[in-house]
Amino acid sequence: MSAGARAVDVDNLRVDRGGRTILPGVSVQVAPGTVTGLLGPSGCGKTTLLRSIVGVQRTAGGTVTVLGSPAGSPSLRQRVAYMTQAPSVYADLTVAENLRYFAALVGGTDRIDETLTTVGLRDRLSSLVRDLSGGERSRTSLAVALLGAPEVLVLDEPTVGLDPRLRRELWETFHGLAAEGTTLLVSTHVMDEADRCDHLLLMRDGVIIAAGSPAELRAEADTDDLESAFLTLAERA
Amino acid sequence: MSALATLATTRRVLEQLRRDHRTLALVLVVPPGLLVLLRYVLDGTPGAFQRIAVPLVGLFPLIVMFLVTSIAMLRERTGGTLERLMSLPISKLDLLSGYGLAFALLAAVQATVTSLVAFGPLGVDTAGSPVLVVALAVSNALLGVALGLLLSAFATSEFQAVQFMPAVLLPQILLCGLFVKRATMPQGLRLASALLPVSYAYDGLDRVARGLTDARLLVDVTVVLGTVALAVALGASTLRRRTP
Repeated sequence: MSAGARAVDVDNLRVDRGGRTILPGVSVQVAPGTVTGLLGPSGCGKTTLLRSIVGVQRTAGGTVTVLGSPAGSPSLRQRVAYMTQAPSVYADLTVAENLRYFAALVGGTDRIDETLTTVGLRDRLSSLVRDLSGGERSRTSLAVALLGAPEVLVLDEPTVGLDPRLRRELWETFHGLAAEGTTLLVSTHVMDEADRCDHLLLMRDGVIIAAGSPAELRAEADTDDLESAFLTLAERA
Repeated sequence: MSALATLATTRRVLEQLRRDHRTLALVLVVPPGLLVLLRYVLDGTPGAFQRIAVPLVGLFPLIVMFLVTSIAMLRERTGGTLERLMSLPISKLDLLSGYGLAFALLAAVQATVTSLVAFGPLGVDTAGSPVLVVALAVSNALLGVALGLLLSAFATSEFQAVQFMPAVLLPQILLCGLFVKRATMPQGLRLASALLPVSYAYDGLDRVARGLTDARLLVDVTVVLGTVALAVALGASTLRRRTP
């Protein structure tokens, strides 16, 4: 990948938190218009890496470049969207009120309808977020991330607690967005989701231990099964 | 600055308040209720209620908006919505102005209701205009919003946020001249009183109550609004785009 062809370019990123080094020096490249999966056990630094790419994480070294600008630049706030792991929407407002507020901020008022259809929440429009199930809440949060039609979409475990049918539909949506040129970076725990990614980053203890397409990783580990490929690659690292 | 983002935030905060019927009821019923109580507590002390009623009408919004703002802001900080907002194209000033506007509106309603009770059935007299009392109440509410916003940065739980009220506001209320005339306080306390913004909030109300709408009133209002600007600027610096 040449430098100009990267939507996200993380170079030797170091993050310290609470006196502990979370990321000792990570380098990651993400190609535009692809779905990249970030996999790894809980606590390995996935969220910290995603936060650094969005530009909300204080970093201790290295560079993070998104769409040609340093991560967190004011010009990127319209072009990069982030869905946190815990749904960050107002629990005491309805789905519609939440979407209307965030849409006003990102200029996405005319996309509210379409976004609601995408996340399958049309029938919960006037429900208070606190009355929703966990899955519905995280879909509300996902809808907010989609409102601004971002060029880079960073999703931290977006499909936790969703039923398999909806999960499949959302992944179809992700690929649809990628086909239109959106770059998606998605962290996940689920193996069949990993298999749907164009590119995978396998992370452990703040280090990327393997990167490549699912087919490449399977070939590298010499197995047909992605899960055992990960185990093999993790043991080698 | 974007008026659109400010107004969208105001609308959102008001929508949140509208759903919280109990808080709204408490905000609107407690201040006039306390005034009624005080009227009868001070029944045997001629002139006492008359002297403190007008200042109280204008000081309630300060206290209430301080509490409401510090909790609301703390929720934004701990609920993840502040982090989301800080990653979106909204300026900190738009967010803060949105909050300020919403709570100023609430304060105006609160002060109007309290005034109606005070100047109506309770028979409180003011030499100045009751409209001026409400206007001062709104400017004091903004002081409460600004201080609450600033102090919410130092609270990590709602328990702590609530405790900032007695820690930060109560000493100022004791020193402002409401309970004891400032002139009768020891020199050191008089000096402290002159340095604290609530003293000016009180003084303005006291002047209106006595019909003294002179240049000193302008000084009082300027000090209060100047403190608001300072606290908002400091508060904005506690809203971080990047966090550890």
